Amino acid sequence: MSSTPTRAYAPYSQPLWKRVLLTRESAIIALTVVVICWALAAVPNFDGPLTLKYLLQDTAPILLIALPMTLVIITGEIDLSVASIVGLSSVLLGVLHQGGMSVPAAGAVALLVGAACGTLNGVLVAYVGLPSLAVTIGTLALFRGVAVGLLGTTAVTDFPEAWTDLATGTVGESSVPLVMVPFAALVVVFTLLLHFSPFGRGVYDIGLNGEAARFSGVHVARTKLVLFVLSGVVSAFAGLYFTLRFGSARGDNATGLELQVIAAVLLGGVSIFGGRGRLHGVLAGVVLIGVIASALRLEGVTVNVTNIVIGVLLIVSVVSGALVAYVSGRLRRPRPGSSAEAPETSSRRAASAGA
Amino acid sequence: MAEHPADVVPTLELRGVRKAFGPVVALRSGTLVVAPGSIHALVGENGAGKSTLVKIVAGVYRRDGGELLLDGRPVDFGSTAESKAHGVAVIYQEPTLFPDLSVTENIFMGRHPLGALRRIDRAAMYAEAARLFERLGVRIDPRRKAEGLSIADQQIIEIAKAISLDARLLIMDEPTAALSGVEVERLFAVARSLRDEGRALVFISHRFDEVFALCDTVTVMRDGEYVATHPTASTSVDRIVAAMVGRDVAELFPKTPAALGDPVLEVQGLTSAGVFQDVSFTVRAGEIVGLAGLVGAGRSEIARAVFGVDRYDAGSVRLAGKPVPPGSPRAAIEAGMAFVPEDRRRQGLVIDASVSRNVAGVIRGSLARLGLLTARAENAAAAPWASRLEVKTGALDMHATTMSGGNQQKVVIAKWLATEPRLLIIDEPTRGIDVGTKAEVHRLLSELAGRGIAILMISSELPEVLGMADRVLVVAEGRITADLAREEATPEAVMLAATQHPGHHAAGLQGHRPSDVAPTEAAS
Repeated sequence: MSSTPTRAYAPYSQPLWKRVLLTRESAIIALTVVVICWALAAVPNFDGPLTLKYLLQDTAPILLIALPMTLVIITGEIDLSVASIVGLSSVLLGVLHQGGMSVPAAGAVALLVGAACGTLNGVLVAYVGLPSLAVTIGTLALFRGVAVGLLGTTAVTDFPEAWTDLATGTVGESSVPLVMVPFAALVVVFTLLLHFSPFGRGVYDIGLNGEAARFSGVHVARTKLVLFVLSGVVSAFAGLYFTLRFGSARGDNATGLELQVIAAVLLGGVSIFGGRGRLHGVLAGVVLIGVIASALRLEGVTVNVTNIVIGVLLIVSVVSGALVAYVSGRLRRPRPGSSAEAPETSSRRAASAGA
Repeated sequence: MAEHPADVVPTLELRGVRKAFGPVVALRSGTLVVAPGSIHALVGENGAGKSTLVKIVAGVYRRDGGELLLDGRPVDFGSTAESKAHGVAVIYQEPTLFPDLSVTENIFMGRHPLGALRRIDRAAMYAEAARLFERLGVRIDPRRKAEGLSIADQQIIEIAKAISLDARLLIMDEPTAALSGVEVERLFAVARSLRDEGRALVFISHRFDEVFALCDTVTVMRDGEYVATHPTASTSVDRIVAAMVGRDVAELFPKTPAALGDPVLEVQGLTSAGVFQDVSFTVRAGEIVGLAGLVGAGRSEIARAVFGVDRYDAGSVRLAGKPVPPGSPRAAIEAGMAFVPEDRRRQGLVIDASVSRNVAGVIRGSLARLGLLTARAENAAAAPWASRLEVKTGALDMHATTMSGGNQQKVVIAKWLATEPRLLIIDEPTRGIDVGTKAEVHRLLSELAGRGIAILMISSELPEVLGMADRVLVVAEGRITADLAREEATPEAVMLAATQHPGHHAAGLQGHRPSDVAPTEAAS
C-alpha cells in the first residue's frame, strides 16, 4: 500500500459495442424497431399521417408517468397511486374551472395537490417506514375516492377551446403532438437526474443496498420523498393533459393506468427488486406497448386481445432474462475429458503428496 | 492417519479445476485429494480460491474445466441437491436453518419419514434426531425450535443432517470462526469421531493451531492455484504460512510511534438507553485508539452513534472542536469522519455496484460539475485510490461481488480515504481477511496515523488491538471500564476490564481466548 498510485486500471472490462449492444435496453429497442417495421409493412394505414399523432397522444400520459416511476422502482419502491392522482388532478381542474378559476390557476392548484399527494406517500414510505406497496394501494383508493366524491358521476366539459386545442395540437405542420414538448423537457431532466447526477447514483445505491447507502451518507429517506413528490407532480400534470385532450374532467379518468405504466417500466428492463434499469429502455418499453396497441387497433383487434398480447409480452420479457442465464449456464457445463488445460505438474504433485 | 496406502481410492479428488467469473479467474487450478477416514485442512489467503473450490464441490458453481471425482468416479453437479445425493455435505460458517421449525424438522427437511397415508411420522423423526444427537454427544432437545440456537449448535444440527444423509464427505468452511473454546473442542471431538467412522472431512480455517490440532493433511492454495500438500505431522506453521503468502510475512503489527496532535474526536457523556452509558473519550491526531471488549459489549454501537448512523439519547460528539449534529452520517462525513463498518457486504459497500461507483461513492457530490456527474469523472477519481490500496481487479466496472473479502475491504477503505478524513473509525479492520492483506491493512493504518489522521479502531482480535493501538479503551456492558496506555495494555489487563461486570456475556468470548492469540503470533 504505497501512497503513490502504482496500478493502472482499464475503465471497462468489455469493449464498447458489447456494453452498448448486449444489454436488455438494446434488446427492447431492437424489438420496438422490428415491431414498428412490421406494422409499417403489414398493417394498413399504420403509415398514415394520423397514426403517429394518435399514438403519441395516447401514450403521452404513460410516457410522462413512466419517468418518475422508473426512479421510484429503481430505489426498490413502487407507486400504485399515480392513476388516482391523474383522476384527482383532472377533477380538480374541472371543479375549480367550473367555480370560475382560469385554467392555468386551476392547473397550478392541481399540480400542488399532486405534490401534496406525493408528499403523503413519500412521508409514509420514507420517514414512517411503511412498505410502499401497502401505502400506495391505500392512497390509490383514497385519492380516487376523493376524486369521485368531488365530482360524482358527472363530468366537466366546458373548457376554453384555446386550452383543449393546446392539448390536441401538433408542433407546427408536423404530426408530433404539442405535449411532446414538455415531455421532451422532462426526459432531459430525468435523464440528467438519474444518469448524470450524484442524486441518481444514490437512487441506484438505495435500490441495490439501502443500508450501505445510508452508511455512505446518502440521504435515503429524503431521496425517496423527492421521488414520490416528483411522481405526484408529474402524475398531476398528466392528469391536466388527459383532461384537456378529451375535454372532459371525470373522477374515473385514467383508471388502471398505473398498471400500464408499471408494465412498460418493467418491460423496459427495470428490475422490480430495484437497483437496475435505464431510462432509454423504459421509453422503448412504452413506445413498444403503444405501437402494438395502435397497430392491433388498426387491424380491428379488440382491446382485450391487445391486453393479452401485452401481458404475454411482459411475462416473456421477464422470463427471457432468466432463460438466457440458464441456457448460458448449461452451455458452459464442462464436457468429460475437457481437463486438458489443467496443469499437469500440479496434478502430479498433488497425487504424490495426497496419496 | 496422515499416511494412506497408495491404493486407497480418495473420497474426493479434484484435478486442475478451473472457474472464472467473466474475466476474473477465481480458480485457476484447484487440486485437492482427500482420503477416506481423514481430516484434510484447506488453507490459503482470502481470494486464494478456497470458497470457490468448495462451492464447486457443493454444486453451487459449475466448473469451467478440470476433473471432479467422488470415490474415483467422475461427477458433475448442477445443483446442491445433486451433490447432496452423492453424499457431499457442506457446513458453512453461519448455517442457514429455518428458525421457526424444530431442530428435528430442520434435519429432515425435504425427506420426512412417512407413516400410514403418507402422514409425517413425527415420533420416528424425533427418535432418530435424539439418536443422532446422542451419537454426536450433544444435548439438544429434538423438539426445540432452531431459533435461538448458538452458532455452534446450529453447526451441530447441520452435521446431524449430514450424518442422517450418510454423507461421506463433509466440508466445513471456517466452522470455528464464531465459536468459543469449549464449542471448538466439542466440534473437534465430533469431527474426529466422524473421521474414525471412515468419512472424509475437509476443514477450512485461518487458525493454524486448529489446523495442526485437528487435521491429518493440509493443502495450501494461493491465487487460485494449488501450491502444496503436506501431512501436518511433517510440516510447521512457518512453512505453511510461507507457502500461503509466497513470501515471508513481514512484521504483522508495524505500528510506528507518531507524534500526537490536537484532539480530533471528543465524545462526552454519550448515552443510548440500554445500549451504552456515559461514554467519554478523546482521539488525537496521529493516535490510534483501540476499542476492545467482548462481542456485544456495545463497541460497534458506540461507533455507529458517533458516526450518526444510530441516534443517541444524551451526550455530545465534537470533531476538531466543532459539534457534530446527531443522527446524520452526511453531517459526520462533512465534519471529516470516515467509517469502515463491521459488515462489509451489508454496510460497507454496494456489492452489486462497480469498483468505480463504490470508491467514488462518498465523494461523488464534489465530483459533479454544475450538478452533473459523469462515469468518466468517477473513474478518474476512483482509479488512483484503488491503485493506492492495490485493489486487485481487472477493470473499474467490475462488480464488488466478484472480488475476495480482502479486496472488498480495500475498496471500502479506498472509498473513505478518498474523502480525506480527519478521523477514521474502522470496525473489525481485518475480519475475514487473509494474512497478507491483514499486514497491508495494519501498515496502512500506521501510515495514516503517521500522517496525522486520528483512528478509532474496534477489533475482537486482541493481538491486533494490543499491537496497533497507542491507547486501548475497554468496553464492558456499555461502559468504558479501562483506558490503558500502550505500555499498560497487556492481554490480562484488557481481559480483566472487559469482564468487570460478570453477567450474561459469557457467550461472546470470541476473539479473547488464548487460542486466538497463538495463531497470529505464530504467523508473525
